[in-house]
Amino acid sequence: MSDLGTGFVDSSRLTMMSGPRRLADFLLRWESMLFFIFIAVFVGNSLLSPYFLDPFNLFDATFNFMEKAVMAMPMMFVILLGDIDISVASIISLSSLFMGMASAAGADTPTILAIGLAVGLLAGIFNGLLITKLAIPSIAVTLGSSSLFRGIANAVLGDQAYTKYPASFAYVGQGYLGESIVPFEILIFLATALFAGVVLNRTVYGRHVYAVGNNKTAARFSGVPVDKVRLIAFAVNGLAAGVAAIMLTSRIGSTRPNIASGYETDVITIVVLGGVAITGGKGNIAGVIISIFLLGYLKFGMGVLNVPGKVMNIITGVLLVVAILLPKFTDGLRAKLRAGKAKSRARGEEKV
Amino acid sequence: MKKLLKRKETTLVLLILLLIFAVSLRAPGFVAPGSLLNIVVDTSILIIVSLGQFGVILIGGIDLSIGSTMALVGMAAAMLNQFVPGIPVWFFAPFSLVAGALLGGLGGILVAFGKLPPLIASLGMMSAYRGLVFILSKGQWVTANEMTEGFRKIPEGLTLGLPHMVWAALIVAFLAHLFMRHTRSGRDVYAIGGNPTAARFAGVNQAKVEINVFLISGALAGLAGLLYVSRYGIAQNETASGFEMQTVAAAVLGGVNIAGGSGTVLGVILGSLFLGVVNNALPVLRLSPFLQMAIQGFIILTAVVANTLVDRRNKRVFAAGRVR
Repeated sequence: MSDLGTGFVDSSRLTMMSGPRRLADFLLRWESMLFFIFIAVFVGNSLLSPYFLDPFNLFDATFNFMEKAVMAMPMMFVILLGDIDISVASIISLSSLFMGMASAAGADTPTILAIGLAVGLLAGIFNGLLITKLAIPSIAVTLGSSSLFRGIANAVLGDQAYTKYPASFAYVGQGYLGESIVPFEILIFLATALFAGVVLNRTVYGRHVYAVGNNKTAARFSGVPVDKVRLIAFAVNGLAAGVAAIMLTSRIGSTRPNIASGYETDVITIVVLGGVAITGGKGNIAGVIISIFLLGYLKFGMGVLNVPGKVMNIITGVLLVVAILLPKFTDGLRAKLRAGKAKSRARGEEKV
Repeated sequence: MKKLLKRKETTLVLLILLLIFAVSLRAPGFVAPGSLLNIVVDTSILIIVSLGQFGVILIGGIDLSIGSTMALVGMAAAMLNQFVPGIPVWFFAPFSLVAGALLGGLGGILVAFGKLPPLIASLGMMSAYRGLVFILSKGQWVTANEMTEGFRKIPEGLTLGLPHMVWAALIVAFLAHLFMRHTRSGRDVYAIGGNPTAARFAGVNQAKVEINVFLISGALAGLAGLLYVSRYGIAQNETASGFEMQTVAAAVLGGVNIAGGSGTVLGVILGSLFLGVVNNALPVLRLSPFLQMAIQGFIILTAVVANTLVDRRNKRVFAAGRVR
């Protein structure tokens, strides 16, 4: 673009053209497209079923995806760093196991909550230490720990389940705010999202996450404590899985060995569909939040229409793949909208 | 001799022998020839799919769709047998190989041309194929008494005294060894895994290698799905669910570098056999079968850590030697 600014005529042409061009750019932005799809899902669902567009239903539907929503926030950091954590669903099973054991031993609600959080945090630190101290790829570590954590839950529970929890424990996952129709779980998610947004966009740590995700080596040479940044992300990811374990255990009122199985795919899909590059360094929280509600209400709508869960899995799988393929096409489209030399530069970006 | 002792494979053979010996102290029947053959038969399926996973790990990827591919091809084969019993049994071997290759090849195309990381491509395929099993079968099971006699006998029949299952594993292992060590395409897999940039500049076609490893992984998973369904006499929605974790464990245990570029066919076979011995030892030692998953996770983590530490020490020794 630099040569366009040199002559008066050129720059005036630029200002003339920039309006529609900027609009096209805005419309082709990932978050904008997500938002349109979100609206389409809403309209489609309302037309197909009279039960969809009902405030009570819409609020109650969030029960089904608020755990994943809470988990998606720190997972966003992990993926932004260029890492991955596929052990989160297994951390839930481990955390829920210990909460069940505590409850069976007669612990009160605050103790159970503390144990749930602590187990999640410790599991996350365990992952983070192996990944950073021994420099093992995060996929290898979390693949192994995923088997280990759920394996422990399997070994202890066998074909049994913990189903006795104190009555007050049920509020976290089943309660509503006062007399309203707003589930308490939404509050947990809003707090998590607010915290994640502030940390990502307004703190040094957030900037460090993007720096590490874009280029680890360059970040290290610029004085970013790369391993510390990654360790914190994995620890918080574990902690959030602990929060999700509390929400889920409280909501369904039991701990079974297969609790939350498959959640890791859903959470990763949410983050990637939200526009976070799986290779790290690129993405923002707005996209991820739209993606949470898009996927959540898509599944709710299909549920209202009696689509079996197994079939929804196909849609999740296809969405995951399409979410990564699509930006490559739209990037190409955006590049074509730019004129002259900018075009060739955009092609260079696309290759990276 | 010294070189032989230093190899990871030698350590693994000793570990397997030690494990068998330790188990036999508690349960002497464990070392009877019949029992040992049974372990090999039980492990054949794992060996076959692990060799497919091996190729994908060599290029620095991972194939999570293996279990779902096994279930989908196994279900398709079982239903074909159920509704068209007239189809000769030999037909199912090429059928499962080709069906698996098509399913795996789709992943290869996504990775090679869509530039998707193998993990994500196969994660998507894992969900999608598992869902397709449900759509194909409408949630119904195909049980042993709905399969023809010949179909059920596929893995058990004997040729030259060995069950067909073991023959399948031996043939796959032999071909995998030939491919990896003695063909150009096989060497290209190592080249891409060791250093993709250098390999590309040396003229290796990266897209072709990526498609090849996924095609092979899918084809072997398809074959394994057929064997699995006919051996256990049931095809259902959750067939071989989570089997991909065992293949990763076998490969990593066999000394395959999880970041790609190094590993051997023999190592993968030994890694699979080690897991097979562990799985067969649990009931003999009267340990809960529910322990299996935890042990597997522990083994994966220990093997990954051990490999990392050994590789790091080797590098240090190498560097020190160069300075002198």
